[in-house]
Amino acid sequence: MLGSAAIHIALYLGAVVVLLPFVWMVAGSFKPEPEFFQHPDTLLPVAPTAAAYADVWRRIPFGRFFLNSVVFAGGVACLSLVLDSLAAYALARLRFRGQNLAFWVVLLVLMVPFQITLVPLYLTVSQLGWLNSFAGLILPRATNAFGIFMLRQFFLGIPRDLDEAARIDGASEFTIYRKVILPLSKPALSTLFIFHFMYNWNDFLWPLVITTTPDMRTLPAGLTLFMGQHVIEHALLLAGATITILPLLIGFLLAQRQFVRGVAITGLK
Amino acid sequence: MHRRLNPAYLFIAPSAVALIVFTIWPIVQAFWMSLHEWSFMAQERPFVGAGNYQELVGDPRFWNALRNTVVYTIVGGPFQIGLALLLAVALNGKIRGRAFLRSAYFIPVISSLAIMAIVWAFLFDPDIGLVSAWLAELGLPRIAWLREPGTAMLAVIVVGIWKTLGFNMVILLAGLQGIPAEHYEAAEIDGASRWQQFLHITIPGLRQTLLFVTVISVIASLQAFDQIYVMTRGGPLFSTETLVSYVYRQGFELFRLGYASAISWVLFLIIVVLAVFQLRFFRYREVD
Repeated sequence: MLGSAAIHIALYLGAVVVLLPFVWMVAGSFKPEPEFFQHPDTLLPVAPTAAAYADVWRRIPFGRFFLNSVVFAGGVACLSLVLDSLAAYALARLRFRGQNLAFWVVLLVLMVPFQITLVPLYLTVSQLGWLNSFAGLILPRATNAFGIFMLRQFFLGIPRDLDEAARIDGASEFTIYRKVILPLSKPALSTLFIFHFMYNWNDFLWPLVITTTPDMRTLPAGLTLFMGQHVIEHALLLAGATITILPLLIGFLLAQRQFVRGVAITGLK
Repeated sequence: MHRRLNPAYLFIAPSAVALIVFTIWPIVQAFWMSLHEWSFMAQERPFVGAGNYQELVGDPRFWNALRNTVVYTIVGGPFQIGLALLLAVALNGKIRGRAFLRSAYFIPVISSLAIMAIVWAFLFDPDIGLVSAWLAELGLPRIAWLREPGTAMLAVIVVGIWKTLGFNMVILLAGLQGIPAEHYEAAEIDGASRWQQFLHITIPGLRQTLLFVTVISVIASLQAFDQIYVMTRGGPLFSTETLVSYVYRQGFELFRLGYASAISWVLFLIIVVLAVFQLRFFRYREVD
C-alpha cells in the first residue's frame, strides 16, 4: 500500500528526471568547452563563463534564425487567427449554400496527416518561387482546419441575443463579427494564438523542407544545421537552445492556465 | 436594400482559398504524384500506375522503416500512456505543490523537439553526456548509445516518451476531474480497495479520455521524425529510420517525389486503419 510520502517522493523524483535535460542545457551553456570532456558527470560548471551567449550571436547566424522564427510563428499565428475566425463566424452564425459541405470538408481535412501534403506543397511553393521566403513559410499555413473548427465550436456557444440585437439595429455582419463576437472570444482567440505560435516556433520538418539557405532558416532548422558530424562547440549550441526556449517558457510561466487549458480543451472536444 | 452577395461568402473566401490551394489540392496532387515516377529535376514524369506501390512492397528499406515505426509505437506507447495515467492519478490526489509538478512535467511539451534532441544527443554522448557518465559511476560500461542499433532506438523512444508525457498527463487529469467524487465515496463506504476503485471507477470513467490519448499518441508515434533526424539521421545502419524519415529521404534527399508520396499514402492508410481499429476496440469494451 503506497503511502502518501512515497507518492510525493516518486512524483518529485520524476519531475527532477524530466527537468534534467533543461537544467543540464542551461548549466552546460555556461561551461567552457574542455569541461565537457574533463567533467562529464558534473552538472554545474566548475569555471562558468557566459562566452557562449556572446558567441552564439557572432559565430552562427543565430540572430537571423531568431528573427525568422519570430516572423514565421508570429505571422502564421496572426494570419491564421484572422482567417480562421472569419470562416468560423460564417460557419457558426451565417447561412449560406454549401454550409454543411464546408464544415464536413474542414473535419475531413483535420484527419489528414501533414506528411501527405508535405511533398506536393514543396512542389507548389517551389513553382510559385516561394522557396526560401517568408511567403513560402507562412502562407501555406495561413488557415488551419483545427482553428476553424475550434473557433466555430466556441462561437456557437456564445448566446445569440447580442448579435441579434445588433442585427436588428442594422449593423453589418462584419461589424457584429468585429464588435460583438471577437471581444467575447478573447479566451479562445488567445489560446489559439498561443497554440499556433508555439507549434510553429517549435516546428522542424516544414521549415527544414522549405528553407535551404541558412539565412532563411528558423531556430530549430537553423540550430540543427550546426549539429552534425562536427559539432561546433557544445556550450554554443546549448546557449542557442536555451535562448530558443526562453520566450515560450516565459510566456508559459506567465499564462500557465491558458497553455494548459488550451491543451485540455483539445482533448475534451 | 437588395443584397447581391451573401456576406458569408466574403467571410469564408480567404480561408476557403487558402485551404483549397494549400491543403485540399495538395492532397489530390499527392495521390496523383504517387502514380508517377516524379523526379524533381527530370523533364519526364512517366505515369507508372501502381508502380511506386509495387516498388514499395519489394523495398527492404521500406519494410525496415515500417518495422522501426511499429517498434517505436509499440514500445513507446504503453509508457507514454501508462506513465501519464499513473502521474495523472497521483496528481489528482492531495499533493503538495501540485501546480509546480504539473508545470514541471509539462515543460517538455512546450519545447522544440528538434532542439531538445540536440541536448539529448549530447546527454547520450559517451564522452560528454550525463547518461553515460552516471552509468559509468555505477560501474556500467560507457555505451555509445547513438552509435549502436539497439540502444539508439531505445534512446529515441525515451526522448519521445519524455516529450509527450506531460501532454497526455494534462488531458488525463482533466478527464479524471470529470469523474464525480461521490462514486469514490460510495465505493469507500462499500469497502472497495484503492485498486478496486481504480479498476471499476477510474478506468471506466476515463474511457473517452483514454481513447483520445491513445489514438493521438499512436498517430504521433507513427509520425516520429524530429528527434530521429537530429540524433541519428535514421542510423546507425537504418536501425532508427521511421516511415516519415524515409519519406524525407526519398522526397528531399533523393528527390523522388512520386515514390515519397506513395510511402506517405501507405503511412496514412496505416494511421486510418489503426485509428478505426482503436475506436472499434474501445466501443466493443463499452458493452461489458
